[in-house]
Amino acid sequence: MKIDWAALGSVFGVSLVVTVALVGLFTLGITGLSRQEKASAQGGSAGLAVTGAYACFAACAAAVAYGIYLIVA
Amino acid sequence: MENFSLILAIVVVTALAFDFTNGFHDTANAMATTISTGALKPKVAVAMSAVLNLVGAFLSVEVANTISKGLVDETGIRPEVIFAALVGAILWNLLTWLVGLPSSSSHALMGGLIGATIASAGIGAVHGDALVTKVLIPAIAAPLVAGIAAMFATRLTYTLGKKADGKAAAKGYRTGQIASAGLVSLAHGTNDAQKTMGIITLALVAGGAVAPDSDPPMWVILSAGLAIALGTYLGGWRIIRTMGKGLTDLQPQQGFAAQTSAATVILASSHLGFSLSTTHSVSGSVMGAGLGRKGGVVRWSTATRMFVAWGLTLPAAALVGALAEYVTGLGSWGTALVAVFLIASSAAIWKLSRREVVDHTNVNESDEPAGVVTTAIAAVTPPPAGTATEELAATIPAPPSTEPAPSQATV
Repeated sequence: MKIDWAALGSVFGVSLVVTVALVGLFTLGITGLSRQEKASAQGGSAGLAVTGAYACFAACAAAVAYGIYLIVA
Repeated sequence: MENFSLILAIVVVTALAFDFTNGFHDTANAMATTISTGALKPKVAVAMSAVLNLVGAFLSVEVANTISKGLVDETGIRPEVIFAALVGAILWNLLTWLVGLPSSSSHALMGGLIGATIASAGIGAVHGDALVTKVLIPAIAAPLVAGIAAMFATRLTYTLGKKADGKAAAKGYRTGQIASAGLVSLAHGTNDAQKTMGIITLALVAGGAVAPDSDPPMWVILSAGLAIALGTYLGGWRIIRTMGKGLTDLQPQQGFAAQTSAATVILASSHLGFSLSTTHSVSGSVMGAGLGRKGGVVRWSTATRMFVAWGLTLPAAALVGALAEYVTGLGSWGTALVAVFLIASSAAIWKLSRREVVDHTNVNESDEPAGVVTTAIAAVTPPPAGTATEELAATIPAPPSTEPAPSQATV
């Protein structure tokens, strides 16, 4: 009996890194948007936060697109 | 399509019935977290999942071509064996649905196939190694991998998102959950609808209706996709309730972390060559998300019942499959008897389920009746601060809604 520990290990590693990275990015994006929300409530704006937020969301969208590519391919 | 015998027609119909149970059994995998956190209305969620499952069914036929290979010897397999296997798998799916426990439809199918093969060709026709590497190890690994990833992701999102509140944050978490749930649905369609296609194709080959090594015919792909989509749309509300509310109480952040972890694990595993069960991954990630929030709890009594069901899935389906195969071996009347038994027990299980109906209207109610209100509050309330000393793994009694009798499964 041969258990493919290498494959199992890489599934574990990749899943952990990708999940934490994606969730982290997305949370940063959300934090950015919510900062903008607060700033605009006080009449200001937070341009940098919004730009950063959209960069984060774009990275997440790319990851989702790659996921769909993996399913289709 | 010459030589399309009655038994073949029965196998195809039974396979589609299995596909249907697979659909409503596994709706929870994609949509339980989205429904329990209120990101999507229950009906909208299952409709979206159904459409994506249908789309997924058409994307490729890779899985369909590999389903039965490896686990049992497919040479000399008769349509009756496949029929018996499906009977075992369907009954186990229905029973676990009745008690509201998520369990792997793939394991049920493999169990049925193994049992029926043993009854038909003896124990030697089953590859024991494949059993351990394809079934046992993944069943232990999946919830661990997904759970640990979800736990860290949950911690991170609460740490980073401390200052994120208000409408923008709620909307963001909602969108994130929907996207990851969509990915799980799509992956489920490509995997599980194709398992049925593989089974039907195997039966067609066994019955001599199509040439060996051929791809599934178009009508097989279409009907398998429709059956799983219909099952998904009807929604296994009992299992959704267990997964979304029974195991732990999910806030939007946790729902997002859990679903992202599940989607990642499913995709990573199927593309790195160590296939993990969707059900096990999602259950694991939901529990991990429960542990990741400060003050979050996992109801270990519910989780234990679920683990027991996982352990029983393969042997129980195998036993039913073996019995069914033995009876079909007695002749055509035996096959008819098994078919009647399948229909009668399915009807009985459905009848039992009507005693306490769970549907889209009460799917989010478990301990406290105010499901909609609490999720609405949870969506805007920041995580409780200062509960760091609270024990993470506190156990509180499980909802009394399920009958703790998975051992009834053996007919």
